[in-house]
Amino acid sequence: MELTAGDFSHAGQASSQIKQMLKQLNIAPQVIKRVVIALYEAEVNVIAHSYGGKVTCRINPEGIEIHVSDQGPGIEDLDLAMTDGFSTASEEIREMGFGAGMGLSNMKNNVDSLDISTGKDSPTKIYMHVAFTSQGETDHETG
Amino acid sequence: MTLKEVVSHVNGNVVCGEGFLDRQAQAGFASDLMSDVLTLMDEDLLLITGLANIQSVRTAEMADIGQILYVRNKKPTKDMIALAEEQGIVLMTTPFSMFKASGLLFQAGLQPVY
Repeated sequence: MELTAGDFSHAGQASSQIKQMLKQLNIAPQVIKRVVIALYEAEVNVIAHSYGGKVTCRINPEGIEIHVSDQGPGIEDLDLAMTDGFSTASEEIREMGFGAGMGLSNMKNNVDSLDISTGKDSPTKIYMHVAFTSQGETDHETG
Repeated sequence: MTLKEVVSHVNGNVVCGEGFLDRQAQAGFASDLMSDVLTLMDEDLLLITGLANIQSVRTAEMADIGQILYVRNKKPTKDMIALAEEQGIVLMTTPFSMFKASGLLFQAGLQPVY
């Protein structure tokens, strides 16, 4: 799904649609919640901080893959950006309730693997995976 | 605490979801920062916020939060109400400040998340 820079009125719509699809596929609620939170945070980041991008969700036998990519401007210092509380959000974005500086952290805490490729003046590409089974939980049927 | 009791404690008004007022809120969380709300994994929370925009309803949808109390008489917009109704989220308002509303609910027994 395409995401338009600055389009806060639609922020969350992509995540909501994916949530509905996962529910219809009878994916376990705990898995859905983790996917949806990681996805929503990524979606808001693209809308708030990038020139625009897209999000794709794929289901494989082991779990759910989330691919997020944008057209820039990139994250100059990724380690700093991953720090809880650090945010580059503008005043306008903060007034909308974003800019807590927890977005990347929330993504990391809800997925089993996270891979971010970025840099100054570069597109950002994020790959996340949420396994159907994790921490010794029993297998869930895939859709 | 039922949502009916929540409304009563804060001189509140129900904007949508009148049919769900027997729902139980197990704990409350007061915040205007949505990413802080998304760190919570608890069930049956009451979100107390002054952020009267559609993102507060989206955040509730993503975090499986079924009830929101808007403080300082903030009024949900039509698009917020439409989304809340679609998701079965109860929207309430109170004229009180976040501090007062949270204090009254805590005093009446609504537990904090932390």
